[in-house]
Amino acid sequence: MNVPEMDWGPLWLTLQLAGVTVVVLLVVGTPLAWWLAFTRSRLRTLVEAIVALPIVLPPTVLGFYLLIALGPHGLIGGPWKDLTGSALSFTFTGLVIASAFYSLPFVVQPLHGAFEAVGKKPLEAAWSLGASKLDAFFTVASPMAVRGYLSAVVLGFAHTLGEFGVVLMVGGNIPGVTKVLSIAIYDHVEVLEYTQAHFLSAVLLIFSFLILTIVYTVNRRLPVHVS
Amino acid sequence: MRKNRCFRKPVLLAKIHGFLCLLFLTMCPATSVAEEVRVAVAANFLATLNEIVTTFEQDTGHVVTVSSGSSGRLYAQIKNGAPFDVFFSADVMRPRLMEEEGLAVQGSRFTYAVGRLTLWSPGPTMIEGNGKAMLLSDEVEHVAIANPKTAPYGAAAKEVLQALGLWEPIQDRLVRGENIGQTFHFVFSKNAQLGFVALSQVLGHKVNGAGRRWDVPAHLHAPLRQQAVLLHNGQDNEVAYAFLDYVKGATSLNVIERFGYGLE
Repeated sequence: MNVPEMDWGPLWLTLQLAGVTVVVLLVVGTPLAWWLAFTRSRLRTLVEAIVALPIVLPPTVLGFYLLIALGPHGLIGGPWKDLTGSALSFTFTGLVIASAFYSLPFVVQPLHGAFEAVGKKPLEAAWSLGASKLDAFFTVASPMAVRGYLSAVVLGFAHTLGEFGVVLMVGGNIPGVTKVLSIAIYDHVEVLEYTQAHFLSAVLLIFSFLILTIVYTVNRRLPVHVS
Repeated sequence: MRKNRCFRKPVLLAKIHGFLCLLFLTMCPATSVAEEVRVAVAANFLATLNEIVTTFEQDTGHVVTVSSGSSGRLYAQIKNGAPFDVFFSADVMRPRLMEEEGLAVQGSRFTYAVGRLTLWSPGPTMIEGNGKAMLLSDEVEHVAIANPKTAPYGAAAKEVLQALGLWEPIQDRLVRGENIGQTFHFVFSKNAQLGFVALSQVLGHKVNGAGRRWDVPAHLHAPLRQQAVLLHNGQDNEVAYAFLDYVKGATSLNVIERFGYGLE
């Protein structure tokens, strides 16, 4: 197959977006999943429902709300503009925020499951041996929840790669800033550049298939430490 | 009691069955009975066409279903079998291509409107000056245009920016809408402070000409002659012919002019 004249910008941008989004989601998602796994608060079901919303909502709903919220007069965009001088719509940072909402359940849910599986007992043992709470989390709970982390990272990453509707609505199709792979493919299809569309689609298809295969393989072989 | 239950169960089932049948029937679209024409329209003409459709439906009792998008997307969809009878493009090129490719009926092509491009700012911060000064104003963070590759209004906006010598310098301010409808929405929602949109959108009932605008002089871009064409799908559809005739009639032409379009 001849490699057509390709613009690889959208691919790198997409990988960057997915990478940054996953890091953000791990930082935000870990305490959230932890809280969900062990809280006895009545708010738990509410928070669980909110976390799961992006799974069922059409991306257009998310995209619409986000465009309003990220804009110069929006709930997030307004204060951001006062701080930095520019709003968040049509920016890479804006896309990261949008993607974080969009992929939130795909990171939080595996972590939540993993923390629940680990349970509190190993931690209590660590505490009784004098470890601080944070110390116990990093040296005992996290390594035991490694499968959960693997799923979270991969699903969050892959789901962000596949993002389309939200980006279409808040991105503004700016090359190098918000023109991600799925948008580039859409553009190619619209102007009947099927060769390029085929090529980029195949890249995305193979890439997604590969990472999922790797995850399932690794997941099977990983020892589970839970006693 | 037991016997009774056995007897009643089928009745209940029959009732449920009847209800479901009824439900199914009411959900079936009525269009299989009424005469229908399916129209694909470039986003800039959507509001105008809707007004024409309303009076056409009242006058004739026929049903018009309208789908809108960028001319490029609609063209690609029709080329791949989308079931439309009539196509209102925002340019001449695509209808002509369709005639050549046998997707449209030879000789059915006609110019229904000549589009006007305007640089629009809805406020609240009014961008002062005209043309170049507006585009270069410090108040402006984003300028919305339609995607020049897929939307004729985007291609025209690009020509204008090139004519003003601003295409390169202004690149990092540009955001691209998938079609002129999304472009308008970007500006309307104030995410972009300025946008090259269709005059018809600013004059439409959502905005009624509010805000500040610079109507782009026609010589700065190739004329936006917008053509419609009868598609292969619609060549045996009487309603499609009736609708196209209606669009050429005085009532429709009045509407088209009122939305700021020129006529040929």
